[in-house]
Amino acid sequence: MSTEMVRVPGLPAQRLEERFEDKKPPYDEAEAVAEANRCLYCVDAPCIKACPTEIDIPTFIRKIATGNVKGAARTILSQNLLGKSCGQVCPVEVLCAGACVYNDWEREPIRIGRLQRYAVETAIATDPRIYSKKPATGKRIALIGAGPASLAAAGWLALDGHTAVIFERKTYPGGLNTLGIAPYKMKANEALAEIEWILSLGEIEIRQGVEIVQEATAPGQIAAKTLFDEFDAVYLGLGLGPDSRLNLEGEDGGGVEGATALIERLKADPNLKLDGVRKAIIVGGGNTAIDIAHELALLGVHTSMVYRGSEAEMSAYEHEISAGRVDGVNVVCARVPTKVVRDAGGRVTALRVARTENKRPVAGTEEDLAADLIVVATGQSRLTDLARAFPGVELDTKGRVIVDTATYRTGNPKVWSGGDCVNGGKEVVNAVAEARVAARSMHAHLVGGG
Amino acid sequence: MADLSIDFAGIKSPNPFWLASAPPTNTGDQIMRAFDAGWGGAVWKTLGNPIVNVSSRFGGIDYGNTRLMGLNNIELITDRPLEVNLREIREVKRRYPNHAVISSLMVETKEEWKEIIARAEDAGADGHELNFGCPHGMCERGMGSAVSSEPKVLLEIARWAVEFATKPVIIKLSPNVTDIVEPGEAVLQSGAHAISLINTVKSIMGVDLERMVPMPRVGNGSTNGGYCGPAVKPIALHMVGELTRHPGIAKLPISGIGGISNWRDAAEFIALGCTSVQVCTAVMHYGYRIVEDMIEGLNDFLDSRGMKSILDLRGNAASAYKNWGELDLAYRVVADINVDKCIGCQLCYVACMDGAHQCIHLPGRTEEESRKAGHVHIPKLIPERAVTAKAGIPGARVPYVDEDECIGCNLCQLVCPVAGCISMKELSSDKPHESWNDRVQKGTDFVPGGLRVTEEARAKRST
Repeated sequence: MSTEMVRVPGLPAQRLEERFEDKKPPYDEAEAVAEANRCLYCVDAPCIKACPTEIDIPTFIRKIATGNVKGAARTILSQNLLGKSCGQVCPVEVLCAGACVYNDWEREPIRIGRLQRYAVETAIATDPRIYSKKPATGKRIALIGAGPASLAAAGWLALDGHTAVIFERKTYPGGLNTLGIAPYKMKANEALAEIEWILSLGEIEIRQGVEIVQEATAPGQIAAKTLFDEFDAVYLGLGLGPDSRLNLEGEDGGGVEGATALIERLKADPNLKLDGVRKAIIVGGGNTAIDIAHELALLGVHTSMVYRGSEAEMSAYEHEISAGRVDGVNVVCARVPTKVVRDAGGRVTALRVARTENKRPVAGTEEDLAADLIVVATGQSRLTDLARAFPGVELDTKGRVIVDTATYRTGNPKVWSGGDCVNGGKEVVNAVAEARVAARSMHAHLVGGG
Repeated sequence: MADLSIDFAGIKSPNPFWLASAPPTNTGDQIMRAFDAGWGGAVWKTLGNPIVNVSSRFGGIDYGNTRLMGLNNIELITDRPLEVNLREIREVKRRYPNHAVISSLMVETKEEWKEIIARAEDAGADGHELNFGCPHGMCERGMGSAVSSEPKVLLEIARWAVEFATKPVIIKLSPNVTDIVEPGEAVLQSGAHAISLINTVKSIMGVDLERMVPMPRVGNGSTNGGYCGPAVKPIALHMVGELTRHPGIAKLPISGIGGISNWRDAAEFIALGCTSVQVCTAVMHYGYRIVEDMIEGLNDFLDSRGMKSILDLRGNAASAYKNWGELDLAYRVVADINVDKCIGCQLCYVACMDGAHQCIHLPGRTEEESRKAGHVHIPKLIPERAVTAKAGIPGARVPYVDEDECIGCNLCQLVCPVAGCISMKELSSDKPHESWNDRVQKGTDFVPGGLRVTEEARAKRST
């Protein structure tokens, strides 16, 4: 195999993301203890139920208050190995903090995300040896894709004494956690630091620059079915595919970018400059759309989101839209793009849109919205070919990998899966929650032959 | 507006709020600033032969986000020359003739007591407070709290002071005794004119786990200090209550001290029988300015109760402080959870399960689940009542109090974070008032189910 083992590669300097300030900077000890002391320590607390990884939030908060930061980190990480980044990137407003009893009580909900980040960052900075791994089992697991689902699964499997080998096509591991998070929440280097810690948990190797395919035809490709010769189990943490396209006249060429592709460059590609971009239009109404819109607005670009339905129908979180608006994002609803308008030189000058009724265009209502950058944020494709390369793995009509949700095992008894390729695209915390179930099931299978 | 002025054993004061003998009364300059802020009197930082102090001197204990729930100190009496203090007393009295200035005194021999009392009176002190309470440092030299714990010694020194003084003599007692009534009776016997209490409680504030040295730390060592602040208020109230219900001691005016931080604390001490109150920690924490709220709050409280003066309030709660044996066994309360206010946090449930009598139930459980959770008595019906409060947890249900089992302990009410959510409901009782002492008198003070030897002895007695 023409693969090379890497730990975690460093990032180049001069990335655009470095210009962003942390919207929720880390707490110092006094801030964390003061916030922790506000917690009521509810029994069967609603925040726990609102957390996909069911972290015992009141308990870890109490541990912060008593100065038992390592214990707090243990409480978090035993449920969520990516607890540090989840503390930064989770939409706590609609999860744990949104469920806090202080909401509606004329009091601010507990800043659970920031406390979680404080606990894990502080504990790991003090002594990263929070866990000790079990004796080696000799079992080997291949994990496809180095996103949050695979990383969490690999971490837990390694702690159980197994060897985990992660295959990643891209240069940087971490998937959207490294390359897709809004930089005012978490920067790529922070995600990579967490991955370094995950790798320290046990026998975990990332084989970078490797593509898993049905039939290997080029260097750097590995045929899916050959993995079963070398590994006792396979985990598919495939994530999602490239950004969807609008399929409109004028779409091809410079000035039209896919949202996740653009965010990825903003986070990791020092060559992205955006010089001369003054007006950007983001097509879409989801969280990726508001993220890139918000990021561009913070970079000084006049930014508008164009969405075909009403604002109430947008799938982006309300708190994200409000925060984006504060920083200058315009939201234009009930419009659908019909054409990318270019000048004689081929440069994008506008997006032609039509008004909609019930999300359908109304004839004769077209107008041109000036823009020099169009960002398409209407979803991502599914990596159906890659999933189908594993015999026995089945997909639903939306292209999602079908699993037994009690185990996250696929139709192939040696293959488990989780994360966006199973749930269609959710939060990091959902991927970790699913990976935890899968890791338990895989461990049981590997040691018990189940 | 009510009249807040007091006559404390002949010492006149425009209000009952005095600064206790402590760092806030170190100097004349401080005391004059305090009087300008509104304090009615000040007990000067204890005078005696000057001493040397250590560094550091204070230790604090926080609770949650609240700083200084308690404070301790290992500072001794004044470290300034006597003549300087006396000169300043004279100056303060000259400029504030209507405020109470009391000299706190601590010396050893009869001759010393004679001299210091004479010199304090010559300086213009309105009265003397004999410091028989300081529980650190000075007690190792046979002074301070060492005197409170030896009623005979207390009696003798107090008699000297009464003999030498022409101004009222107040005895300041230490709480570091088994029974406060013993030194209290010694004061009564001595002829001293008043009592002040409590001085500070012997304490170690914590242990520095890095250095393995207790706190407050002086180099590589520490010593026991005097504990004060809001945390000691209940201890102080108890000791005040012990004295104000004593038929003899109650005749002496009492100056209440211990964790008083606001007008409500002050009103409580006065209701238990105090004539004046003394404040230290709250001033050390927040400054002299807190007295404005104390004066205003006490005034409004007296007005709201139709009381004309401090005397109308003084001692109103004293007679309700009783021995356990006098309490009414027929009285019963049960917890009542306000369905409209409950937010579903279940803190009452867990407190009742683990810390009380397992009589708060969570709706929606089978009998088996309830028994497994630790319930012994299962009510016939546990109503499913959805939490509807504005801050309620979606989907949560209001815990249910099994009134047949609830013993009315208050714990759930004490832990509930929502004001007014859990109240203790009085159950009407058809039983007449009956105390344990009544039962003893009637011979019905026997509760079956005890030791065999006890029951046998009882059987023998009754035959």
